[in-house]
Amino acid sequence: MNGITNPLKNVDQAFIYIIGFSLVLLMFITALMIVFVFKYRRSKHPEPSDIRGNWLLETAWTIIPTVIALSMFYIGWSAYIGLRDVPPGAIEIDVFAQQFSWIVVYPNDKEIENEIVVPQGKPVKINLTSEDVLHSLFIPAFRVKVDAVKGLTSYVWFYPDKKGEYMFHCTEYCGIAHSEMNGVLRVIPENDYEQWLEEEE
Amino acid sequence: MTETDSFFETPAPAGYKGIWSWLITMDHKRIALMYLFVILFWFFGALILGLLIRTELMSVGKTIMGAQTYNAMFTLHGVIMIFLFIIPAIPAIFGNFLLPIQIGADDVFFPKLNLLSWYLYILGSIFAISSLFFGGPPDTGWTFYVPFSVSTNTNVSATLMAAFILGMSSMLTGLNFITTIHRMRVKGMRWLQIPLFTWSLYATAWVQLLATPILSITLLLVVFERMFAIGLFDASKGGDPLLYQHLFWMYSHPAVYIMILPGMGVISEIIPVFSRKSIFGYKAIVASSMAIAIAGSLVWAHHMFTSGMSDVAVFVFSLLTFLVAIPSAVKVFSWISTMYKGSIQMTPPLLFSLGFIYLFSVGGLTGLVLGAAGTNIHVHDTHFVVAHFHFVMFGGTGFAFFAALHFWWPKIFGRMYDFKRAYVAATMITIGFIFHYMPMFILGIMGHPRRYYDYMPRFETGNMLAGIGGYILITGIALMFVNLFLSFKNKRDALADPWGGTTLEWSVPSPPPLHNFVSPPEIKDYPYDFSDVVKKFKPGNIT
Ligand code: HEM
Ligand SMILES: [Cu+2]
Ligand SMILES: [Cu+2]
Repeated sequence: MNGITNPLKNVDQAFIYIIGFSLVLLMFITALMIVFVFKYRRSKHPEPSDIRGNWLLETAWTIIPTVIALSMFYIGWSAYIGLRDVPPGAIEIDVFAQQFSWIVVYPNDKEIENEIVVPQGKPVKINLTSEDVLHSLFIPAFRVKVDAVKGLTSYVWFYPDKKGEYMFHCTEYCGIAHSEMNGVLRVIPENDYEQWLEEEE
Repeated sequence: MTETDSFFETPAPAGYKGIWSWLITMDHKRIALMYLFVILFWFFGALILGLLIRTELMSVGKTIMGAQTYNAMFTLHGVIMIFLFIIPAIPAIFGNFLLPIQIGADDVFFPKLNLLSWYLYILGSIFAISSLFFGGPPDTGWTFYVPFSVSTNTNVSATLMAAFILGMSSMLTGLNFITTIHRMRVKGMRWLQIPLFTWSLYATAWVQLLATPILSITLLLVVFERMFAIGLFDASKGGDPLLYQHLFWMYSHPAVYIMILPGMGVISEIIPVFSRKSIFGYKAIVASSMAIAIAGSLVWAHHMFTSGMSDVAVFVFSLLTFLVAIPSAVKVFSWISTMYKGSIQMTPPLLFSLGFIYLFSVGGLTGLVLGAAGTNIHVHDTHFVVAHFHFVMFGGTGFAFFAALHFWWPKIFGRMYDFKRAYVAATMITIGFIFHYMPMFILGIMGHPRRYYDYMPRFETGNMLAGIGGYILITGIALMFVNLFLSFKNKRDALADPWGGTTLEWSVPSPPPLHNFVSPPEIKDYPYDFSDVVKKFKPGNIT
């Protein structure tokens, strides 16, 4: 569809890459540990050898993990870039976070609370700020999150290519009703959206 | 009194009895035990708070407490665990007790300052307690983020002062250790003959000394803001809203290395002893401790990828974070290679150390998910993070602390504990731990935010499971301490060297005499040379 790649694909690939590599490494370490404990137990192996190090091995296990780590960094960074580069033509919506709700304002000044309605198939950019303490807008389904800071404007963008209802949450601790600061993101067909936008409350 | 009477029988200063022989003592071993006493008190308190918040989370809606109470409880749980347990535990207890002995010294360089640090710890904890009773317990989380910490009506100032004073205490301990290591090593001990536990305390001490002042100032700034509202962090008054977070993490990220380095030092002592084989790559371990201390001070803003700071900063801090992971990986590889072709004897301290290696690896590897910018955004401030740092702090430092307790218990008290119960406890703790925290990774990826009193019904199964794990975990910990305390009924007959160690603490009686060494210690060319131990102990025979 209209040439936009959904950045969440790259994020998920980064998750799989990093977690996959980590699992392999973890299993390797754990297996070695268990094998050594059994194989070299004192009753079977009373005479320890006197090895104090191995220059080659130590260099190898410094350099190889560095290469792996750098590849993880790179994949994570590319996924991040996807989350930051807003494609042209995105719908812009302003969101104001406050203790304890979300005020959502559309370009035509339509205003709703704790609900974000967007058309399917159009990139959406949300400009976020706070009226009081820190909050953070988290939409798990689109892997995006950014803090709402009074005096700063931050943004997230996402690409709602499927219809549906998704939750969003506040993820920066903001006081007694922090865990109630949730809302619903509704992705509806574009025609319905145009109509909805013009409706009076 | 003779030279070889244990320090329990020989008060210092001489002539005092009972409680006074403790409260005004300047003996590093007695001070260590006083720390043990108060730190355990706080640890148990914070464990109970942890179990209460976990219980609240076990079902949707209100389970046992209201939202305000929940918020206060996780704040106190975090503050106590961080400032009163994890940061001081290993350095203040085992560092104080063992560091002078490991380098062949009589005491630390500034014994009076050492006692002062203990009193500062007590003063800090009094402030922490007082915040409970005056003005309502703090509800900011242990991170005290502004502007919430400035605007909330609860008694945050008292908690901030508590953290400020505890910072002083930790800094002075660090200063004392650095000086002691530089000035008091026994003649003939060069830098590369220092045991690894002491090395790890040395690296830690520098971080304590250099990073803590940043925290102190930052906390004072918040107190200042609460009183005078000058607007340092308020953009509408010309302040910088992100400044606080930078300052806070400039200390608190290095602080995670203050927490973990001593634990790594403990593991580096235990694995060789029970493998009866030299540590693999002594120099690499020393170098990696120092590298962690230095590079770890440059990655603080990886806690702020969603804060609204610039993308360039995200790039730099994410890159540095991956580089800092390397020295920790090197240590894990070294410990495992130490066991290769060793002669391994299973004991409770070794079992805890193996638990450490596994759990710390999980913690470290999930740290890579958090260090990568793209994945961090999704899991930041969710239960994924909560699971990650419990794996590192509890599975790491906490398990190292348990391992240290079992390793040096006979040295400190001269009494051996029951092995069977210790194994049962260690197994329960590990299984409970995995059940408690593994579901939290999945909950976090599903999108369960942290510091949430209540949550969506679809998170309930995971939270329920975690709760069951939590109860197994706490039961195991209780059993472990009961078992250790039961050893006080045993005779004080532990050998000077029950395990076959090579570092100097195993050459003095258990418990050690007041002046540590009856005759000047003999220094080995290489601190982990086990050839004498191998000769001394017949094969297959433990003690
Ligand atoms: C060495 C042991 C432990 C340490 C160092 C530790 C440390 C911490 C810290 C620093 C926090 C963050 C608090 C905040 O968000 O401000 C936390 C949260 C939490 N801890 Fe622990 N903790 C430990 C043991 C436990 C135990 C034994 C349990 C339960 C049985 C537990 C349950 C929790 C829970 C459920 C949270 C999350 C609260 C929330 O985000 O809503 N912790 N812990
Ligand atoms: Cu909130
Ligand atoms: Cu950090």
